[in-house]
This record gives sequence, structure tokens and C-alpha cells, in this order.
Amino acid sequence: MLRLENCLIENGGFSLRANLTIARGSRVAVIGPSGAGKSTLIETLAGFRPLTKGAIHWNGSDLAGVEPGKRPVALLFQDGNLFPHLTVAQNVALGIHANLRLDQPQQAQMQAALVRVGLDSMADRKPADLSGGQQSRVALARVLVQGRDLLLLDEPFAALGPALKVEMLDLVGELVEETGATLLMVSHDPSDARRIANQVVLVADGCAHAPQPTTQLLDNPPPALKAYLG
Amino acid sequence: MADCAKPVSPRPGIGAAALVVALIFGTLTAVALRAEVGRGFGASDWAAVRFTLTQACLSAVLSVGLAIPVARALARRRFFGRRILITLLGAPFILPVIVAILGLLQVFGRAGWISSGLAMLGLEPVQIYGLHGVVLAHVFFNLPLATRLILQGWQEIPAERFRLAAQLGADSRAMWQLLERPMLTRIMPGALAVVFAICLSSFAVALTLGGGPRATTIELAIYQAFRFDFDLGRAALLSALQLVLTGTAALVALRVAAGEGFGTGLDRALQRWDGTGPIARLLDGMWIATAAIFLMLPLGAIVLSGLPGLTGLPVSVWAAALNSVLVAALSTVLLLLLALPMATAVALGRGGAIELAGILGLAASPLVIGTGLFIVIYPIADPFALALPVTALVNAVMALPFALRILVPRAQVVVGRYGRLALSLDMRGWSFVWRVLLPRMRPQIGFAAGLAAALSMGDLGVIALFADPEFATLPLQIYRLMGAYRMELASAAALLLLALSMAAFWILDRGGRWHAEA
Repeated sequence: MLRLENCLIENGGFSLRANLTIARGSRVAVIGPSGAGKSTLIETLAGFRPLTKGAIHWNGSDLAGVEPGKRPVALLFQDGNLFPHLTVAQNVALGIHANLRLDQPQQAQMQAALVRVGLDSMADRKPADLSGGQQSRVALARVLVQGRDLLLLDEPFAALGPALKVEMLDLVGELVEETGATLLMVSHDPSDARRIANQVVLVADGCAHAPQPTTQLLDNPPPALKAYLG
Repeated sequence: MADCAKPVSPRPGIGAAALVVALIFGTLTAVALRAEVGRGFGASDWAAVRFTLTQACLSAVLSVGLAIPVARALARRRFFGRRILITLLGAPFILPVIVAILGLLQVFGRAGWISSGLAMLGLEPVQIYGLHGVVLAHVFFNLPLATRLILQGWQEIPAERFRLAAQLGADSRAMWQLLERPMLTRIMPGALAVVFAICLSSFAVALTLGGGPRATTIELAIYQAFRFDFDLGRAALLSALQLVLTGTAALVALRVAAGEGFGTGLDRALQRWDGTGPIARLLDGMWIATAAIFLMLPLGAIVLSGLPGLTGLPVSVWAAALNSVLVAALSTVLLLLLALPMATAVALGRGGAIELAGILGLAASPLVIGTGLFIVIYPIADPFALALPVTALVNAVMALPFALRILVPRAQVVVGRYGRLALSLDMRGWSFVWRVLLPRMRPQIGFAAGLAAALSMGDLGVIALFADPEFATLPLQIYRLMGAYRMELASAAALLLLALSMAAFWILDRGGRWHAEA
């Protein structure tokens, strides 16, 4: 269970409050107008921004002071999720061991992840040789081997075409299903939320609201969401 | 705090910067303590100050003045070979001074091509030694730099402005008033200051083409006080004076300079709608051709005169060449050991003080640091025995400002783009440096290393202070051959040095870019 307890995040003149709980295994879409603080929320969970007030707990343990790499979090950014000078296999292997020295079972684990995302034949290629969709698959293979409890997506598929994006969202859905991870996904597209998320956290007016069932919220939007959806 | 988390520590960079500061200020303190202020300056010292300032002013004004029409012509003409010519304008930066001087002597010297031509017409030969020789050599080195600086100013005028001006029917004169003159008044002070500062600490040019009471720079006076009189007190006093001058000039140059002149994108040709008349075309073509001939001729002369002697070079020249390669290699390694941690620390947001430490090398002249090191080492060990490592170290510190300008922007990009991704994968310290930072910076590291190696290979400065008669680097050996009037041998050795410098630069720069992903 992820709990944000009376959190206040400040960044220059900008501030965001959050007081909410997300059940383990949920799939949550984080939606709201641009500039409202969706990314800020994700970055704070990942440990890149400090809390001014409050606390974040994962399964009862406080995450304060835990470095980004030590958190139970796998994160995909909007872009730049792969190192262009490393091969596909190396980029995935980073999720197991940052110094890239893998033993036999770990090698097998990396291979299995590549097979799972359908890229086992591309292990020795560099990211530049892959299509946008394939690059996303590599990043997802790494998420898979990281085996973290929380998967945070900060619109990593925003640059893909509509069909590819749907394909990636479905793959993400399958992966969290298989691993039991909890998903938090930033999106500005309500149809993404309907496709993959069972809950929605609305970020608007300086506040991250408590999660609500997706269909219910999108069908009867509160004024802030209504203004955004148009 | 978690938001301060960084994939690497800035501490090694802070340490490297502290080392550089300690080296420069340590040697300066040694110089200051040793300087015999009470004795004051003699007439010859004041003459050196006057000559230093005069030649630097003349060199700056001539270089920049001539660079304006050349840059203008290059900015508005497109022709076959333009790209190569602009690349070549960057070459004098890594061209060994002694090589260029030999080339200039063969063109402009007493027995040179021009004098021979004049003799056939029954005229007196031209005189290259003295003020005009020094200024000629400085213009040779700084005209290309000034051209690149000013060309950069031209390229920075947005294409839309030219389009707008053309749409309004502006002719060449209107274009000058609307766009070009304002740009030049912005760019020129910086270009003048940069060239002035460079010429202020000119040593090798003054050593070979100057000399005598009427053509001695302060750097040369330091060398003479040291070498001929072994008067450390006077050398130190002159060093202190030189330090004040170069420090002031470097500060002014940094304050007013707009760009560094070896940026990329200079080969982009702007579409222009003015200056299409036949006279404008002819004039532009003339400026470009004259500048190209002025810059290529001395190099061509070295190649022509050096080739025949290349096979019969004596062992002493090869030994000197080996020393030069060793100095260059050691200097390059030292430079990278200093510059990479410093660039990383700057990229991590520890800018200010570290960047300042990096450009100290611009303010302190190599001969001043050399003098200080000599004073420090003299009581402990035989300075002459340490000629090689000392030369390599001073060369590395001199190359540091340029290396940082190349490395810092890239380090900032790498840390900015991949720092958080690495952190989220718990990748830090050595594995970040080894797996991400160094591979991502390889082209810039290769470029910086190539510059450092070529600069060090061609350096004729500190080595002149520290070398005993048994030891020489290739530039020093060439200077000795010139002094002994063995001009053919000197030319052949100069060709070898030119080849070594260019090869060192090319190999390192290429090595950095080889198989590098975007």
C-alpha cells in the first residue's frame, strides 16, 4: 500500500498537496491539466524531489531519505530511457546490476525479459537501430528485470503514434498483471486511463486528489476535471 | 537531501582545481618572494614593456582589421573549398609556432621568396627581424582566429533579418548600417582583446624574430635574465610585471569576448541578397584569395624545403622528436586527469570557483610558471633533470582553459540527460563514470586530448628555460638548428614536427569520434 500522508511538495513558487492512499496492485492513471504537477508528483515518489512536509510510506516503511536507486520504484521518463552507447542487452542488464556484471542466472533472466517483450533477436543492437516502439519495449524489459513493486510511467509513450501507444499500454497492462506491481501512469489522454487504469488520481488546483474509480470519475467529472476535459 | 543526489561526486574535480590553483599561486608566490623590488626597473626593462605593448596593439589592430573584410567575404560567398578553408582557419591554433616562423622566414626572410624576387628587380631585400617581423608572425597566427570570431558574429545574425532587409530593398550600404555595423561594434572589442592578450605573452615569436634591445618582449626578457645572467631576482620581478599585464588583459578579454571562435556551424553559408554586383564579388574574391595565400604560402614553403632533408635527419633530431612525443603524451594524460574531474564537477553545479581555476592558466604565462617552478625546485633537486615532466605539466595547465571549454558543455548535457536515469537504476560512482560519462563524452575527450597533444608537441616555452644542452624537444632542437644557420635541417625537422603535431591531433580527435553514437 502506498500512502502519501499530508504531503506538501514545493518547487519555486509552485506547490502541490497530496493526502491519499493507493492500494497494492492498483493501476492508477494520474491525469490533469499540464503544469498542474503530475510529473512533480511522480518525481517526488521516485525520490528526485524532497517533501517540504508530510511523509510517503510504502507498505508501512517511510521512504524519506531513501535514494532514488534504492526505492521500490521503477521509473520510465518521457524520453531518454535508454543509453544510446549501450546495446539492447546491456540496457536491460542495467536493471539487474548497474555495473553490468551478470552471472549465469542473471543472464538468463535478462534473456527471458527480452523474449517476453519480443526483442530476443535484437540483443546486440544499439537503440538507434530500433524503432520507437522497439525502444519502448527495451525499457519495459528493463522494468521487468528490475522487479520493483511500484512502476511509475511519466508519459514514456507520448512520442509514439496512437496505434503503437495502445500496443505499449496493453503490454504494460500485461506486465503489471504478471508481476503484481502497482502502476502509476501520468497521462493527459482520458482514453489511456480508460484503457489501462482502474483508478484515476486527478491533479489540479495544487492538489493531488484521492483515487477514484476510472469510469465513474470520467463519466461524472468534477468541475476541475470537466474544465480540463472540455 | 534526495534532490541533491548526484550520480558522481564533485570532490575529485574540486581536488583537481585546488591542485591547479596551488600550482599557479605557489609558483607565483615563489616568484614574488624572489623578486627584488628594491632594485626597480632599468631602462631595458621599460623598453621591453613598451615593445610588448606596442607589438600587441599593432598585432591586434592589424589582425582584426584585416579579418573584417575576409570574414565578410566568407560570410556572403559560397564557393568550392569554402568549408575546407574555414576548417583550415582553425589550424594555426595547433600549428607549432616555430614551424610557422620558419615558413614565414622562407617567404618573407632575407633569403626568402619575396626578397629574391625583389633582388631580381635590383631592389633591396625585405627585413623581417624586429618589430614588423614579430607583428607579421602574430598576424599570421591571429588573423585566422579573428576571422573565425568575426565570422561567428556574422553567422549569428538571424537569417530572417537578412530576408527582411532584402525585402525592404536594402543595398550593401544599408545592409552595413542596419545589420553589419551593429554586429561589428559588438564583436570587435572582444576580438581585439583576445588577440591583444595572446600577443602579450608571446615568447617563441619574439625569441626567433625579435631580440636585441629594441625588440624584446617581457617574456623574452625573463628568459634572458634567466638563461644568460641567471639573475633569478630580475626574472622574478619581470614575471610579476608580466603577470599583472596578462592577468588584466585576460580579465578584459573574458569580460568583453563574445565567443571562443572554435565553435561549430561556421561552415554554414547564409543566403544573402546583397553584394551581388561584379565589383563586390571581385573584392570579396580578392580578400579570400589573399588571406588564403598568406596563410598557405609559409606552410607550403616548409613542405617544399623540408622534404629533401627528411631522409637524412641526424639522430639528435630523432631523439628530440622522441622527447617531444613523450612530453605530449604525458601532458595529454595530465590534462585529462585534471580536466575531466573538473568538467564533471562544473556539470554537477559546482561551477564558479572551478571554472575560475581553469582559466587561471590564461592569466599566468608559461614562462612565469616555469620561473616559479624553477625557483621552487632549485633548492631541492636539479631542475634540468626534471625538464620533461615540468614541461608536460605546464603545457597541461596551459591547455586546461581550452579543454574545459570543450568538455564542460558536454558533461552538462550528459549529467542532465542521463543523471536521473542512472540514479533511478542505482548506478553511481565508478559505474556511472565508466559506463555512461566517459563513453558519452568520448568525442569531446578526443578533441580536447588532440588539442593538448598538439599544443604540447609544438610548445617552445618552458622547455627553453629548463633544457640543458644535452636535452631538447623537437621545437627547441629546431630553434638550435636555426641558431646554427642549418636552415635545411631546420626545415626538415620542422616538417617532421608539423607532421607529428597534426598526426597527434588527428589520431586523438578521430579516435574519439570513431564509432561514437549520436
